[in-house]
Amino acid sequence: MSTLVLDSASRWFGNVVAVNDVSLTIGPGVTGLLGPNGAGKTTLMAMMSGFLAPSAGHVTLDGQPVWRNTETYRKIGLVPERELSFGYLTGRQFVRANADLHRLGEAAAATERILEVVDMVEPAGRRLDTYSKGMRQRIKIAAALVHDPTVLLLDEPFNGVDPRQRMHLMDLLRRLGDEGRTVLFSSHILEEVERLARHIEVVVSGRHAASGDFGAIRRLMTDRPVQYAVQSSDNRVLASVLMAQESVRAVSLRGDQLDVQVGDLGSFAVDLPLLARQHDVTLFELSPSDESLESVFAYLVAR
Amino acid sequence: MINTTIAKLALQALLGRRRFFLLLAFPVLLIGLVALVTALVDGDAAYEVLPNLGYPLVLPLVAILAASSVLGPEVDDGSIVYLLSKPVNRYGIAISKWLVALGATLAAGALPILVAALITGDSTRAVALFLGAVVAGTAYSALFLAISAVTRHAVIASLMFVLIWESLLGNLFSGIAWLSIGQWGLRIGHEISSALPDPANLGYAIIASLVVTVLGAWFAGDRLRSFSLTGDE
Repeated sequence: MSTLVLDSASRWFGNVVAVNDVSLTIGPGVTGLLGPNGAGKTTLMAMMSGFLAPSAGHVTLDGQPVWRNTETYRKIGLVPERELSFGYLTGRQFVRANADLHRLGEAAAATERILEVVDMVEPAGRRLDTYSKGMRQRIKIAAALVHDPTVLLLDEPFNGVDPRQRMHLMDLLRRLGDEGRTVLFSSHILEEVERLARHIEVVVSGRHAASGDFGAIRRLMTDRPVQYAVQSSDNRVLASVLMAQESVRAVSLRGDQLDVQVGDLGSFAVDLPLLARQHDVTLFELSPSDESLESVFAYLVAR
Repeated sequence: MINTTIAKLALQALLGRRRFFLLLAFPVLLIGLVALVTALVDGDAAYEVLPNLGYPLVLPLVAILAASSVLGPEVDDGSIVYLLSKPVNRYGIAISKWLVALGATLAAGALPILVAALITGDSTRAVALFLGAVVAGTAYSALFLAISAVTRHAVIASLMFVLIWESLLGNLFSGIAWLSIGQWGLRIGHEISSALPDPANLGYAIIASLVVTVLGAWFAGDRLRSFSLTGDE
């Protein structure tokens, strides 16, 4: 069991602040690091895996700093986003080289065992440059797991992986988390993180925006004020009715449509059709105008 | 200190790339040219190719190719993280990679110089030049490895050192011999045959070659300890 701790960690490159005063504790189980592209996930991952010095603050694994500390790699398995450039090796040779670098006593046996875990025994005799994206991802995971690490760090592991392979990878990571390993993966896709991680850390613009189990994050994201565009047979009547509701924060007329800002999504969804019927208004169209993940993130930052 | 897995991977990287054929072309062309001039003119005329072309140019070029092949591409594309995310001593990685680069430099740089020099006749002169090439090849490969660990433009930087500093300025100002790896090698070879020049103090040449070699390998290891992944963000 290992715990990775970031204590007020910041990282800047010249004038650009990539990670701003982030404090996190990542323990056993699967944790998802969620954030839009460019939020600083890769920088955070690099700091956590000892490939970037924090400009300020500390990054430690079980109390030991990870920067310039070669010994931490006994506990860490790293799956970088980088492509493998060892195309001239076979999958088996590559995993075996990783086992040898860890000076494992039974490197050959460990290699075969882990190839089986990621279901890559059959293609392991082929060169890496013949692999599909999903296969390369699994070989990278095998290489990271061959020394049985307590911490597994994966940077955007599902990028470019087809849905079937993605399911397979998710099952594997879930299993590793259930075994008591500390598994941290980054992603910019909410659904991906939600399906796999029990615990979610959200970073936006280099800042730690939210933290919690996926239910709490989901609620944060769904309970925020949402903007809707409504078209109906009589917008003015509907506007006056809606404005009387607790769940509605603001209503405005724009051309032939009604912009409604809703505070409590649940009761608005129940009330709207009932109110429309009571006042003989026919609803033609109802559409959310800011459902993108970016606007969700923007809300979390502004909160 | 030496890590056989790293050395094996470095060797595979060296042999598996197209650069390898370039590495092979240099010695073949050098020996071919010297053999041709020997046959057409005589051995002494052919020998002139070596101190003017083989030693000052082919040898360092081979060292640049070898040193940048074992480290450069991995640093450039960041795939060296796969080697560095292991509990492996960084200086061990640098030394293992340097030994592979050194082996290639000696095999494709120093050895062909010996063979070519032997073709021209005088074997004392040939052994002297070979000794110089071994010394210079050792220091060159360590220096160029260090440069590869620092900058993405390692090949350009190394070429500038050889072409502008050692060759161009070295020919204009004799004082540069004190800061020229090639000249140190020649000075050490001079002990065997006076056909080689005597540009600096012998003790200095030996110590300077050693210092550059050790510092080069150490520095490459230190850079690897601080290797940073900056990502695309």
